[in-house]
Amino acid sequence: MSKLKRHPPHIDRRDWLAPLPAATRFSFRGSSEAAAAASRALGVELSQVACRAHVAGERAALWLGPDEQLLIGAESEAATLRDSLTVALGDIPHSLVDISHRQVAFVVHGAHAEWLLQSGCPLDLELSHFPVGMCTRTVFLKAEIVLWRTAPDTFRLEVWRSFAEYVTSLLAEAAIELSA
Amino acid sequence: MSALRTAAGGRIDRTQRLTFTFDGRRYQGFAGDTLASALLANGVHLMGRSFKYHRPRGVLGAGAEEPNALVTVNRDIARHTPNLRATQVELYDGLVAESQHRWPSLTFDVGAINNLLSPFLPAGFYNKTFMWPRSAWHKVWEPPIRAAAGLGVAPTLPDPDRYAQQFAHCDVLVVGAGPAGLAAALAAATAGARVILCDEQAEMGGSLLSERDATIDGQPAAAWADATLARLAAMKRVRLLPRTTAFGYFPHNNIGLSERITEHLAQPSPSAPRERMWQVRAHEVVIATGAIERPLLFPGNDLPGVMLASAARTYLNRYGVRVGTRAVIAAGSDSAFAAAVDLAAAGIQIAAIADVRAPNAVDGPGLAAARAAGLPIRSSATVLAATGKLRIAAVKLGSVASNGNVSPTETLACDVLLMSGGFTPSVHLHSQSRGKLAFNEELGAFVPAATAERSRSVGSCRGINGLAASLEDGAVAGAAAATATGHAATAPRFVASALDAGIDGVPGALPQLAAAIPPAKAFVDFQNDVTTRDLALARREGFESIEHIKRYTTTGMATDQGKTSGLNALGFVAAESDRRIGEVGLTTYRMPYTPVTFGAFAGFARGDQFDPVRKTPSHDWTVARGGVFEDVGMWKRTRFFPLGREDMHAAVDRECLGVRNSVGMFDASTLGKIEVVGKDAAEFLNRFYVNNWSSLAPGRSRYGILLRDDGFVYDDGVIGRLAADRFHVTTTTGGAARVFGMMEDYIQTEWTDLSVWITSTTEQWSVVAVQGPRARDVLTKLVTGIDLSPTALPHMAIAHGEICGIPLMLFRVSFSGELGFEVNVPADYGTLVWEAIHDAGQEFGITPYGTEAMHVLRAEKGYIIVGQDTDGTMTPDDAAVAWAIGKTKPDFIGKRGLERPALKAAGRKQLVGLQTVDPKVVLEEGAQVVVTANQPVPYVMIGYVTSSYHSAALGRSIALAAVADGRARMGEILYVAMPGGDIPVKIVSPVFYDPQGARINV
Repeated sequence: MSKLKRHPPHIDRRDWLAPLPAATRFSFRGSSEAAAAASRALGVELSQVACRAHVAGERAALWLGPDEQLLIGAESEAATLRDSLTVALGDIPHSLVDISHRQVAFVVHGAHAEWLLQSGCPLDLELSHFPVGMCTRTVFLKAEIVLWRTAPDTFRLEVWRSFAEYVTSLLAEAAIELSA
Repeated sequence: MSALRTAAGGRIDRTQRLTFTFDGRRYQGFAGDTLASALLANGVHLMGRSFKYHRPRGVLGAGAEEPNALVTVNRDIARHTPNLRATQVELYDGLVAESQHRWPSLTFDVGAINNLLSPFLPAGFYNKTFMWPRSAWHKVWEPPIRAAAGLGVAPTLPDPDRYAQQFAHCDVLVVGAGPAGLAAALAAATAGARVILCDEQAEMGGSLLSERDATIDGQPAAAWADATLARLAAMKRVRLLPRTTAFGYFPHNNIGLSERITEHLAQPSPSAPRERMWQVRAHEVVIATGAIERPLLFPGNDLPGVMLASAARTYLNRYGVRVGTRAVIAAGSDSAFAAAVDLAAAGIQIAAIADVRAPNAVDGPGLAAARAAGLPIRSSATVLAATGKLRIAAVKLGSVASNGNVSPTETLACDVLLMSGGFTPSVHLHSQSRGKLAFNEELGAFVPAATAERSRSVGSCRGINGLAASLEDGAVAGAAAATATGHAATAPRFVASALDAGIDGVPGALPQLAAAIPPAKAFVDFQNDVTTRDLALARREGFESIEHIKRYTTTGMATDQGKTSGLNALGFVAAESDRRIGEVGLTTYRMPYTPVTFGAFAGFARGDQFDPVRKTPSHDWTVARGGVFEDVGMWKRTRFFPLGREDMHAAVDRECLGVRNSVGMFDASTLGKIEVVGKDAAEFLNRFYVNNWSSLAPGRSRYGILLRDDGFVYDDGVIGRLAADRFHVTTTTGGAARVFGMMEDYIQTEWTDLSVWITSTTEQWSVVAVQGPRARDVLTKLVTGIDLSPTALPHMAIAHGEICGIPLMLFRVSFSGELGFEVNVPADYGTLVWEAIHDAGQEFGITPYGTEAMHVLRAEKGYIIVGQDTDGTMTPDDAAVAWAIGKTKPDFIGKRGLERPALKAAGRKQLVGLQTVDPKVVLEEGAQVVVTANQPVPYVMIGYVTSSYHSAALGRSIALAAVADGRARMGEILYVAMPGGDIPVKIVSPVFYDPQGARINV
């Protein structure tokens, strides 16, 4: 199956934008008890603090709501992750839904990353207000995105596939004046 | 260069000479000039014609308040910007500017006949005169009136420039970089607060740039401004935004800033946006917007050469321009002395300072300085008239006796008359923020009172008088604002001296001769051509409220927003009605403070970037084959796939027959999908949808109907049970987001007892609908792990397997009335699977079909489309889907709504089929159904057509309609009313094709 041709939405690489490879993603929802069980299975402690992402190797858990986390792993881990989570969660009420293909990820990086994102995101992205490790569901103009700061000058965006072209083209529009 | 230009001083760069044209004539100016200052340096005062009377007008002010000198800057045919204030247009080499609203030329304007006719053009003239007949307004009266009035002409080509937008946050936003604003920004920034300082002018410094002798901490005021700005610019958390107007104060300290980026450049970089719209969210706002000097009201106060005293001082000290050679200065405040002293020192002859105040009412350093300079001062003096043609030539002065009587005294020749009527605080932003205003009797002006937002007004915009006091006021407020954001600050202290303007002022008309009735025109609102006579007329006609007077006369409306006219209008009305100004009240200040371009508001949202363009996995394949798309919400969906020269009608006929006779494929990826998971998932759906979901077995699906509380149909879709605790819900394409939101709302707020969660999976799955008698044959070639036989996979069954080696969730469903499957695969594989199905279907002549054929196919079967066949007022029974309701359920959304008597009453419109008596006639959707033809107007309408198509399979037209008591009218002949003649139709069942459903269950 891995040999089959995937057609993710096309995203142009730029000086300040790097598409990320396909990944495994689950929308996980459940109580703190379920989160604790999922943490053990995932090997990543799910944050109990709002809007924080925790990472271990290629796996990450992003707090998106009091009962909602976005779980991310390598593309090859889809079955492994699902199985281990399902076993660990057992009868604990929860919802685990595969959304690997629902969205695409890319990174906006460099000295102008914050400026570019503020052209369409109304949140305060200054490092003191949006530190490394912070993540949230927000908007970029008319598109919903998940925004995650992975380094002072690096943000990861998770965007529903049909909105990716809109978000990246508007970022490119905002970047035109930086090329001068 | 011109003798009017000083030899040295000011903020212009005398080494950079710029050439520009105004109305085709070439002039020269310097870098740092505005169009207004450069024209004045060339002796040009006449810059425009007035709005209504076409009176010649010169520049009045030196900033945003300018009401007269509105010009068009013509960069090229598409960049042709009307109605710019010459006082705000920065000069660049090659600038081409034109005056407006004159024909054939500024000095000889045919429209000036309006000035002679003006006794017949009073306030309200248009409203009174052109009322009858009503129908004539648009065609007969309005066009010439519009042509004769109005201002510049908008360009007709699309704007070729780009406009940027930016969100920003700060601890303290300071609006205005004059003395108070600079002090506030400095106080806040040195405490470590994040500060944005914006100013509408090209250069920051505000009034400090217009001072000659003022000092701060021992430095000349302008040098102090330079040093302070350099300090601020060096701070990491400070952003300085010159050329940026804070035009609107929105709720929760959200301030709109409009930044002009390239307007001042001769050769803008193509990569630079022309303007940028900033949306700033500030913890604290410091408003330091200053004050605007008021004109005085006397006949002829609008002649070119009559201007504000502070403006003349700005032109001299900031731009090195003498506004004339011989000046009369009409004084209502000490600003007149400061201007007179500076102008005299620059060699301008001061014919007289005519001070309307009594001698014992005036004292202080301004008067002393004027006396020391030996300037001629007349106390208790009033201006009876300014005279001249295209430029002021003389001023008639009068003397005001202690009893108020006025007698003429002398006539003085002059080429400029400067007015200082006192200062009006610019309270616009405070007022926009819903802050209260209070009339200060001592100042004779409205000043900010209670705030509604976290804002502070500082300096002269709250009536603070003088440089030292403004600096202190700004510093204290800046420190307080920073402290409020957690950056403990102390206010810096400054030692300053200046010739201050004082707090005196003259709101309303200058004293006039008793016999001067009717008085000649004294303009209150220069931009809208409103005179004291218009205000007096409005009063005589019974308008008492200032809001009514404003609307009747248009004073202070549009872009003026009362900047120069507001207080004078109030003062005049107050005097006329024996009220105090505070009792007359105040009209509302509306945003924007100055006009903002459409481009700035649009920002990036133009063309393909206006909205997201959502594309499905078959998009590129369809483009390559010449498919035609339609917009459904933000989605691009294929409407039809024309072959060769087919039109839509031919393509849709072929696509429909392809499905009915063999097999078709359709991209259904846009359908909303929601995965509902949890042990209470079935109970949640029981409460949410009308249907019974407990009885649905895993591996089976059912058509669901969703109502609103009021019992009306809201959405529909097939819902499959994947496991005991897991459902796959589909919604309409357009309803996906709102159904998801409604579910989350109920889960979080109404049914917190349920253990259930929802996840949007709309874009996780790519969906290909394979429909038609050969559908199974196509899929058999590709699908593994699923028994596709009718017994193993009956209608409405679900199975998991693989297609082309890709994980497959297969629904056996039909929206066409044929044997049908919906192939769900993870979306990255959608393109591959679409092409594989197309290849595998070749031997069966598979037909890709679009939304148009899909609509026809479903209409032939009487399947409704929510939002087309329903309109938000149809119940399940009206829409003929009441069978879906779970009759034994205790509750569901809309159950009680359905019990309302009106929803069960007879006579409701019910969904039925219509067959035209002439089978070739295709009805118009939305057309009205009536009982008899050729009724007298108005017809009695009993329903309307909701869907109408030509059906190739049936060889005739078909239609669905909502008709009162429709199901009881089966077989009746009714009419569809049309302009070309009423069309007879027969009421039939909405199921036109295969009513037994035999073709689905194969």
